[in-house]
Amino acid sequence: MCLAIPAQILSIDGFQAEVEFGGVHRVISLQLLPQAQIGDYVLVHTGFAISIINLEEARITLDILRQKGD
Amino acid sequence: MRLAHFRDPLLAHQIIDEIHDVANRPLVLMEFCGGHTHAIMQHGIRQLMPKNVKLLSGPGCPVCVTSQRDIDHAIALSQLPDVTLATFGDMVRVPGTRFTLQEASAGGSQVLIVYSPLDAVRYAQEHPQKQVIFLGVGFETTAPGVAASVLQAQTLRLSNYTVFSMHKYTPPGMKAILDTAEICLDGVIGPGHVSTIIGLNGWRFLPADYNIPVVVTGFEPVDILLAIRELVKLATSDQAKAVNAYQRSVSPDGNPAALEIMNQIFEPVEADWRGFGLMPKSGMGIRSVLHDFDAAIRFHLADIPSREPPGCRCGDVLRGIIEPPKCPLFRQACTPEHPKGPCMVSDEGACSAYFLYQELE
Repeated sequence: MCLAIPAQILSIDGFQAEVEFGGVHRVISLQLLPQAQIGDYVLVHTGFAISIINLEEARITLDILRQKGD
Repeated sequence: MRLAHFRDPLLAHQIIDEIHDVANRPLVLMEFCGGHTHAIMQHGIRQLMPKNVKLLSGPGCPVCVTSQRDIDHAIALSQLPDVTLATFGDMVRVPGTRFTLQEASAGGSQVLIVYSPLDAVRYAQEHPQKQVIFLGVGFETTAPGVAASVLQAQTLRLSNYTVFSMHKYTPPGMKAILDTAEICLDGVIGPGHVSTIIGLNGWRFLPADYNIPVVVTGFEPVDILLAIRELVKLATSDQAKAVNAYQRSVSPDGNPAALEIMNQIFEPVEADWRGFGLMPKSGMGIRSVLHDFDAAIRFHLADIPSREPPGCRCGDVLRGIIEPPKCPLFRQACTPEHPKGPCMVSDEGACSAYFLYQELE
Protein backbone atom coordinates (compact mmCIF):
# COMPACT_ATOMS: atom_id res chain seq x y z
CA MET A 1 0.00 0.00 0.00
CA CYS A 2 2.90 2.34 0.59
CA LEU A 3 4.72 1.71 -2.61
CA ALA A 4 4.83 4.45 -5.16
CA ILE A 5 6.16 4.18 -8.69
CA PRO A 6 8.18 6.71 -10.70
CA ALA A 7 6.62 8.15 -13.84
CA GLN A 8 7.25 11.11 -16.12
CA ILE A 9 4.61 13.77 -16.80
CA LEU A 10 3.86 14.05 -20.52
CA SER A 11 0.95 16.51 -20.49
CA ILE A 12 -1.23 18.36 -18.00
CA ASP A 13 -4.90 19.37 -18.20
CA GLY A 14 -6.06 21.10 -15.04
CA PHE A 15 -5.44 18.64 -12.20
CA GLN A 16 -5.08 15.66 -14.54
CA ALA A 17 -1.77 14.58 -15.99
CA GLU A 18 -0.87 11.97 -18.54
CA VAL A 19 2.21 10.15 -17.29
CA GLU A 20 4.45 7.43 -18.59
CA PHE A 21 5.76 4.52 -16.53
CA GLY A 22 8.41 3.03 -18.82
CA GLY A 23 6.17 2.76 -21.86
CA VAL A 24 2.80 2.49 -20.12
CA HIS A 25 0.67 5.62 -20.23
CA ARG A 26 -1.87 6.53 -17.58
CA VAL A 27 -3.91 9.53 -16.49
CA ILE A 28 -3.35 10.48 -12.86
CA SER A 29 -4.27 13.32 -10.53
CA LEU A 30 -2.05 16.24 -9.57
CA GLN A 31 -4.42 17.38 -6.81
CA LEU A 32 -1.80 16.47 -4.20
CA LEU A 33 1.11 17.95 -6.19
CA PRO A 34 -0.23 21.01 -8.02
CA GLN A 35 3.26 22.43 -8.57
CA ALA A 36 4.33 19.53 -10.82
CA GLN A 37 5.20 20.43 -14.40
CA ILE A 38 5.48 18.69 -17.75
CA GLY A 39 8.73 16.75 -17.91
CA ASP A 40 8.93 16.23 -14.14
CA TYR A 41 9.49 12.74 -12.79
CA VAL A 42 7.02 12.03 -10.01
CA LEU A 43 6.16 9.22 -7.61
CA VAL A 44 2.64 7.93 -8.27
CA HIS A 45 0.54 6.14 -5.65
CA THR A 46 -3.08 5.01 -6.15
CA GLY A 47 -3.58 7.39 -9.05
CA PHE A 48 -2.04 10.48 -7.42
CA ALA A 49 1.36 12.09 -7.88
CA ILE A 50 2.68 12.49 -4.32
CA SER A 51 6.23 13.76 -4.78
CA ILE A 52 8.52 15.16 -7.44
CA ILE A 53 11.67 13.11 -7.93
CA ASN A 54 14.55 15.52 -7.85
CA LEU A 55 17.08 14.06 -10.26
CA GLU A 56 19.71 16.56 -9.20
CA GLU A 57 19.48 15.26 -5.62
CA ALA A 58 19.69 11.72 -6.97
CA ARG A 59 22.85 12.63 -8.87
CA ILE A 60 24.37 14.25 -5.77
CA THR A 61 23.65 11.20 -3.63
CA LEU A 62 25.16 8.85 -6.18
CA ASP A 63 28.23 11.05 -6.71
CA ILE A 64 28.93 11.16 -2.97
CA LEU A 65 28.54 7.40 -2.70
CA ARG A 66 30.82 6.78 -5.68
CA GLN A 67 33.56 9.06 -4.35
CA LYS A 68 33.75 7.03 -1.15
CA GLY A 69 34.67 4.00 -3.18
CA ASP A 70 37.86 5.54 -4.54
CA MET B 1 17.31 6.77 -16.16
CA ARG B 2 19.75 7.55 -13.41
CA LEU B 3 17.54 6.00 -10.75
CA ALA B 4 18.65 2.56 -11.92
CA HIS B 5 22.04 3.33 -10.39
CA PHE B 6 20.42 2.86 -7.00
CA ARG B 7 20.49 -0.85 -7.88
CA ASP B 8 24.20 -0.86 -8.82
CA PRO B 9 25.65 -4.08 -7.34
CA LEU B 10 29.17 -2.62 -7.10
CA LEU B 11 27.90 0.34 -5.09
CA ALA B 12 25.80 -2.01 -2.97
CA HIS B 13 28.75 -4.22 -2.12
CA GLN B 14 30.92 -1.22 -1.34
CA ILE B 15 28.34 -0.08 1.23
CA ILE B 16 27.98 -3.61 2.63
CA ASP B 17 31.74 -3.71 3.21
CA GLU B 18 31.50 -0.38 5.02
CA ILE B 19 28.71 -1.74 7.22
CA HIS B 20 30.91 -4.69 8.15
CA ASP B 21 33.74 -2.29 8.98
CA VAL B 22 31.72 -0.05 11.29
CA ALA B 23 29.46 -2.58 13.06
CA ASN B 24 31.57 -3.07 16.17
CA ARG B 25 28.79 -4.23 18.53
CA PRO B 26 25.44 -6.04 18.40
CA LEU B 27 22.71 -3.80 17.00
CA VAL B 28 19.00 -4.23 16.41
CA LEU B 29 17.48 -2.12 13.67
CA MET B 30 13.85 -2.03 12.63
CA GLU B 31 12.54 -1.27 9.18
CA PHE B 32 9.15 0.26 9.93
CA CYS B 33 7.69 -0.21 6.47
CA GLY B 34 6.52 -3.51 5.01
CA GLY B 35 7.71 -2.33 1.62
CA HIS B 36 11.21 -2.13 3.06
CA THR B 37 10.87 -5.65 4.51
CA HIS B 38 9.98 -6.96 1.07
CA ALA B 39 12.86 -5.12 -0.61
CA ILE B 40 15.28 -6.33 2.07
CA MET B 41 14.14 -9.93 1.65
CA GLN B 42 14.04 -9.74 -2.14
CA HIS B 43 17.62 -8.51 -2.38
CA GLY B 44 18.97 -10.87 0.29
CA ILE B 45 20.10 -7.96 2.44
CA ARG B 46 19.59 -9.79 5.73
CA GLN B 47 22.04 -12.51 4.69
CA LEU B 48 24.64 -9.90 3.69
CA MET B 49 24.66 -8.15 7.05
CA PRO B 50 27.35 -8.77 9.63
CA LYS B 51 26.25 -11.30 12.25
CA ASN B 52 25.92 -8.59 14.89
CA VAL B 53 23.40 -6.46 12.92
CA LYS B 54 19.86 -7.74 13.23
CA LEU B 55 17.02 -6.37 11.10
CA LEU B 56 13.46 -6.59 12.43
CA SER B 57 10.29 -6.02 10.48
CA GLY B 58 7.93 -3.39 11.86
CA PRO B 59 4.18 -2.70 11.75
CA GLY B 60 4.24 -0.60 8.59
CA CYS B 61 1.78 -2.73 6.66
CA PRO B 62 -1.62 -1.04 6.73
CA VAL B 63 -3.55 -4.14 5.67
CA CYS B 64 -1.74 -6.19 8.34
CA VAL B 65 -2.53 -3.81 11.21
CA THR B 66 -6.22 -3.66 10.30
CA SER B 67 -8.13 -5.30 13.14
CA GLN B 68 -10.22 -8.42 12.70
CA ARG B 69 -13.29 -6.45 13.72
CA ASP B 70 -12.69 -3.86 11.00
CA ILE B 71 -12.25 -6.61 8.40
CA ASP B 72 -15.50 -8.19 9.56
CA HIS B 73 -17.29 -4.83 9.42
CA ALA B 74 -16.02 -4.24 5.89
CA ILE B 75 -17.31 -7.65 4.82
CA ALA B 76 -20.65 -7.00 6.53
CA LEU B 77 -20.95 -3.66 4.70
CA SER B 78 -20.43 -5.45 1.40
CA GLN B 79 -23.43 -7.62 2.17
CA LEU B 80 -25.87 -4.72 2.58
CA PRO B 81 -28.46 -4.26 -0.18
CA ASP B 82 -27.55 -1.86 -3.01
CA VAL B 83 -24.00 -1.50 -1.71
CA THR B 84 -20.96 -1.75 -3.93
CA LEU B 85 -17.82 -2.00 -1.85
CA ALA B 86 -14.85 -0.44 -3.62
CA THR B 87 -11.42 -1.46 -2.38
CA PHE B 88 -7.74 -1.77 -3.13
CA GLY B 89 -6.93 -5.27 -4.31
CA ASP B 90 -5.00 -6.69 -1.40
CA MET B 91 -7.90 -6.36 1.04
CA VAL B 92 -10.10 -8.90 -0.73
CA ARG B 93 -8.14 -11.96 0.34
CA VAL B 94 -7.74 -11.09 4.02
CA PRO B 95 -9.64 -13.68 6.08
CA GLY B 96 -12.38 -12.27 8.24
CA THR B 97 -13.70 -14.34 11.13
CA ARG B 98 -15.93 -16.34 8.79
CA PHE B 99 -14.66 -15.66 5.26
CA THR B 100 -12.88 -13.19 3.00
CA LEU B 101 -14.30 -10.30 1.02
CA GLN B 102 -13.54 -12.31 -2.10
CA GLU B 103 -15.66 -15.17 -0.78
CA ALA B 104 -18.42 -12.73 0.18
CA SER B 105 -18.34 -11.48 -3.39
CA ALA B 106 -18.76 -15.05 -4.62
CA GLY B 107 -21.75 -15.19 -2.28
CA GLY B 108 -23.40 -12.15 -3.85
CA SER B 109 -21.65 -9.07 -2.45
CA GLN B 110 -20.77 -6.41 -5.01
CA VAL B 111 -17.05 -5.81 -4.62
CA LEU B 112 -15.20 -3.50 -6.98
CA ILE B 113 -11.41 -3.57 -6.99
CA VAL B 114 -10.00 -0.17 -7.86
CA TYR B 115 -6.53 1.24 -8.42
CA SER B 116 -7.50 4.71 -7.19
CA PRO B 117 -10.24 6.03 -4.91
CA LEU B 118 -11.11 8.41 -7.76
CA ASP B 119 -12.18 5.35 -9.75
CA ALA B 120 -14.67 4.61 -6.98
CA VAL B 121 -16.03 8.16 -7.14
CA ARG B 122 -16.46 7.86 -10.89
CA TYR B 123 -18.28 4.54 -10.40
CA ALA B 124 -20.59 6.20 -7.86
CA GLN B 125 -21.28 9.02 -10.31
CA GLU B 126 -22.10 6.54 -13.07
CA HIS B 127 -24.26 4.34 -10.84
CA PRO B 128 -26.45 6.67 -8.77
CA GLN B 129 -28.67 3.80 -7.66
CA LYS B 130 -25.75 2.10 -5.90
CA GLN B 131 -24.30 3.04 -2.51
CA VAL B 132 -20.56 3.00 -3.09
CA ILE B 133 -18.51 2.47 0.05
CA PHE B 134 -14.78 2.91 -0.34
CA LEU B 135 -12.61 0.86 2.03
CA GLY B 136 -10.03 3.32 3.28
CA VAL B 137 -6.90 1.39 4.24
CA GLY B 138 -3.44 2.90 4.31
CA PHE B 139 -1.15 5.26 6.13
CA GLU B 140 -0.25 8.84 5.27
CA THR B 141 0.87 7.83 1.77
CA THR B 142 -2.64 6.75 0.86
CA ALA B 143 -4.96 8.84 3.04
CA PRO B 144 -4.52 12.14 1.17
CA GLY B 145 -5.74 10.52 -2.05
CA VAL B 146 -8.78 9.11 -0.26
CA ALA B 147 -9.37 12.54 1.24
CA ALA B 148 -9.22 14.02 -2.26
CA SER B 149 -11.85 11.51 -3.35
CA VAL B 150 -14.20 12.77 -0.61
CA LEU B 151 -13.66 16.33 -1.79
CA GLN B 152 -14.41 15.29 -5.34
CA ALA B 153 -17.60 13.52 -4.25
CA GLN B 154 -18.59 16.65 -2.38
CA THR B 155 -17.94 18.84 -5.42
CA LEU B 156 -20.00 16.49 -7.58
CA ARG B 157 -22.77 16.56 -4.94
CA LEU B 158 -22.81 12.77 -4.80
CA SER B 159 -25.12 11.30 -2.19
CA ASN B 160 -24.00 7.73 -2.83
CA TYR B 161 -20.26 7.82 -1.99
CA THR B 162 -18.93 7.14 1.50
CA VAL B 163 -15.61 6.02 2.94
CA PHE B 164 -15.18 3.39 5.65
CA SER B 165 -11.98 4.76 7.12
CA MET B 166 -9.52 2.33 8.63
CA HIS B 167 -6.64 4.72 7.88
CA LYS B 168 -3.95 5.09 10.51
CA TYR B 169 -1.08 7.41 11.33
CA THR B 170 2.40 5.85 11.35
CA PRO B 171 4.07 7.53 14.37
CA PRO B 172 1.68 5.96 16.93
CA GLY B 173 2.54 2.50 15.59
CA MET B 174 6.23 3.22 15.98
CA LYS B 175 5.73 4.72 19.45
CA ALA B 176 3.71 1.71 20.60
CA ILE B 177 6.60 -0.61 19.77
CA LEU B 178 8.99 1.53 21.82
CA ASP B 179 6.58 2.25 24.69
CA THR B 180 5.88 -1.42 25.36
CA ALA B 181 9.65 -1.99 25.46
CA GLU B 182 9.21 -5.60 24.40
CA ILE B 183 12.16 -5.16 22.08
CA CYS B 184 15.15 -2.86 22.29
CA LEU B 185 15.96 -0.91 19.14
CA ASP B 186 19.20 0.84 18.23
CA GLY B 187 17.84 2.48 15.09
CA VAL B 188 14.92 2.74 12.70
CA ILE B 189 14.83 2.65 8.92
CA GLY B 190 12.13 5.21 8.22
CA PRO B 191 9.45 4.67 5.55
CA GLY B 192 10.29 6.46 2.31
CA HIS B 193 6.89 7.11 0.83
CA VAL B 194 5.02 7.95 4.03
CA SER B 195 7.81 10.49 4.51
CA THR B 196 7.18 12.14 1.15
CA ILE B 197 3.92 13.22 2.83
CA ILE B 198 4.88 13.84 6.48
CA GLY B 199 8.48 14.83 5.79
CA LEU B 200 11.61 13.93 7.70
CA ASN B 201 10.17 16.09 10.47
CA GLY B 202 7.45 13.47 11.00
CA TRP B 203 10.16 11.17 12.43
CA ARG B 204 12.06 13.60 14.63
CA PHE B 205 10.25 12.24 17.68
CA LEU B 206 12.52 9.20 17.52
CA PRO B 207 15.76 11.00 18.38
CA ALA B 208 13.98 13.69 20.40
CA ASP B 209 11.79 11.53 22.65
CA TYR B 210 13.39 8.08 22.44
CA ASN B 211 17.05 8.83 21.78
CA ILE B 212 17.01 6.55 18.75
CA PRO B 213 18.46 7.46 15.33
CA VAL B 214 16.20 7.25 12.28
CA VAL B 215 17.20 7.28 8.63
CA VAL B 216 14.43 7.76 6.07
CA THR B 217 15.24 6.05 2.82
CA GLY B 218 13.90 4.76 -0.49
CA PHE B 219 13.27 1.24 -1.68
CA GLU B 220 16.17 0.41 -3.95
CA PRO B 221 18.95 -1.80 -2.54
CA VAL B 222 21.49 1.06 -2.42
CA ASP B 223 18.92 3.24 -0.59
CA ILE B 224 18.36 0.62 2.08
CA LEU B 225 22.03 -0.25 2.52
CA LEU B 226 22.89 3.43 2.84
CA ALA B 227 20.33 3.77 5.62
CA ILE B 228 21.69 0.74 7.44
CA ARG B 229 25.24 2.04 7.15
CA GLU B 230 24.25 5.44 8.54
CA LEU B 231 22.26 3.87 11.38
CA VAL B 232 25.17 1.62 12.34
CA LYS B 233 27.51 4.61 12.39
CA LEU B 234 25.09 6.70 14.44
CA ALA B 235 24.24 3.91 16.88
CA THR B 236 27.84 2.88 17.47
CA SER B 237 28.77 6.49 18.20
CA ASP B 238 25.67 7.01 20.40
CA GLN B 239 24.25 9.72 18.19
CA ALA B 240 20.47 10.01 17.95
CA LYS B 241 19.65 11.99 14.82
CA ALA B 242 17.03 12.05 12.09
CA VAL B 243 18.67 11.69 8.70
CA ASN B 244 17.12 11.98 5.25
CA ALA B 245 18.73 9.48 2.88
CA TYR B 246 15.93 9.87 0.35
CA GLN B 247 16.58 13.48 -0.59
CA ARG B 248 15.46 12.95 -4.16
CA SER B 249 11.90 12.43 -2.91
CA VAL B 250 11.62 13.52 0.74
CA SER B 251 11.85 17.04 2.12
CA PRO B 252 11.89 18.21 5.74
CA ASP B 253 8.22 19.28 5.66
CA GLY B 254 6.87 16.66 3.29
CA ASN B 255 4.01 17.51 0.94
CA PRO B 256 2.00 20.48 2.27
CA ALA B 257 -0.81 20.17 -0.30
CA ALA B 258 -1.33 16.50 0.55
CA LEU B 259 -1.20 17.15 4.29
CA GLU B 260 -3.72 19.96 4.01
CA ILE B 261 -6.20 17.83 2.10
CA MET B 262 -5.67 14.90 4.44
CA ASN B 263 -6.25 17.07 7.53
CA GLN B 264 -9.26 18.72 5.95
CA ILE B 265 -11.06 15.39 5.81
CA PHE B 266 -9.51 13.37 8.64
CA GLU B 267 -8.78 13.90 12.32
CA PRO B 268 -7.02 11.67 14.88
CA VAL B 269 -9.33 9.18 16.58
CA GLU B 270 -8.91 6.04 18.64
CA ALA B 271 -8.20 3.03 16.44
CA ASP B 272 -7.90 -0.70 16.89
CA TRP B 273 -4.57 -2.06 15.60
CA ARG B 274 -3.98 -5.77 15.07
CA GLY B 275 -1.20 -6.68 17.44
CA PHE B 276 -1.51 -3.52 19.52
CA GLY B 277 -5.16 -3.13 20.46
CA LEU B 278 -6.87 0.22 20.87
CA MET B 279 -4.57 3.21 20.63
CA PRO B 280 -5.75 6.81 21.16
CA LYS B 281 -5.35 9.34 18.32
CA SER B 282 -3.84 6.72 16.05
CA GLY B 283 -6.54 6.34 13.44
CA MET B 284 -7.97 8.75 10.92
CA GLY B 285 -11.62 9.47 11.48
CA ILE B 286 -13.72 11.47 9.04
CA ARG B 287 -14.50 14.88 10.53
CA SER B 288 -18.09 15.27 11.72
CA VAL B 289 -18.74 18.15 9.29
CA LEU B 290 -18.29 15.55 6.53
CA HIS B 291 -20.48 12.90 8.13
CA ASP B 292 -22.40 12.55 4.85
CA PHE B 293 -19.34 10.79 3.46
CA ASP B 294 -18.69 8.58 6.47
CA ALA B 295 -19.82 4.99 5.97
CA ALA B 296 -19.55 4.28 9.71
CA ILE B 297 -22.28 6.86 10.30
CA ARG B 298 -24.51 6.18 7.31
CA PHE B 299 -24.59 2.43 7.76
CA HIS B 300 -25.29 0.44 10.86
CA LEU B 301 -22.28 -1.62 11.85
CA ALA B 302 -23.57 -4.72 13.60
CA ASP B 303 -21.80 -6.01 16.67
CA ILE B 304 -19.83 -8.91 15.30
CA PRO B 305 -18.12 -11.53 17.47
CA SER B 306 -14.76 -11.15 15.75
CA ARG B 307 -12.03 -13.65 16.34
CA GLU B 308 -8.50 -13.76 14.98
CA PRO B 309 -7.50 -17.00 13.27
CA PRO B 310 -6.50 -19.60 15.89
CA GLY B 311 -2.73 -19.95 16.07
CA CYS B 312 -2.02 -16.91 13.91
CA ARG B 313 0.84 -14.84 15.33
CA CYS B 314 0.54 -11.92 12.91
CA GLY B 315 0.23 -9.55 15.86
CA ASP B 316 3.55 -10.71 17.33
CA VAL B 317 5.24 -10.37 13.94
CA LEU B 318 3.94 -6.81 13.68
CA ARG B 319 5.42 -5.95 17.08
CA GLY B 320 8.79 -7.35 16.06
CA ILE B 321 8.64 -10.03 18.78
CA ILE B 322 9.04 -12.95 16.40
CA GLU B 323 10.06 -13.45 12.83
CA PRO B 324 7.45 -15.18 10.64
CA PRO B 325 9.06 -18.64 10.61
CA LYS B 326 8.42 -18.82 14.37
CA CYS B 327 4.65 -18.74 13.81
CA PRO B 328 3.41 -22.34 13.98
CA LEU B 329 1.20 -21.79 10.95
CA PHE B 330 3.96 -20.37 8.74
CA ARG B 331 4.49 -22.40 5.61
CA GLN B 332 2.29 -25.17 7.04
CA ALA B 333 -1.33 -24.09 7.27
CA CYS B 334 -0.54 -20.54 6.15
CA THR B 335 0.82 -19.83 2.67
CA PRO B 336 0.13 -17.10 0.11
CA GLU B 337 -2.30 -19.45 -1.65
CA HIS B 338 -4.12 -20.25 1.59
CA PRO B 339 -3.37 -17.38 3.98
CA LYS B 340 -4.61 -17.42 7.54
CA GLY B 341 -3.82 -13.81 8.40
CA PRO B 342 -3.17 -10.49 6.64
CA CYS B 343 0.62 -10.67 7.07
CA MET B 344 0.66 -13.48 4.53
CA VAL B 345 -1.86 -11.83 2.19
CA SER B 346 -0.44 -8.36 1.86
CA ASP B 347 2.44 -7.62 -0.44
CA GLU B 348 3.80 -5.55 2.42
CA GLY B 349 3.34 -8.29 4.98
CA ALA B 350 6.43 -9.74 6.66
CA CYS B 351 5.11 -13.30 6.37
CA SER B 352 4.61 -13.08 2.62
CA ALA B 353 8.08 -11.53 2.27
CA TYR B 354 9.72 -14.34 4.24
CA PHE B 355 7.72 -16.96 2.35
CA LEU B 356 8.58 -15.60 -1.07
CA TYR B 357 12.22 -14.84 -0.55
CA GLN B 358 13.60 -16.91 2.27
CA GLU B 359 15.42 -20.04 1.22
CA LEU B 360 14.24 -23.21 2.84
CA GLU B 361 16.72 -24.41 5.37
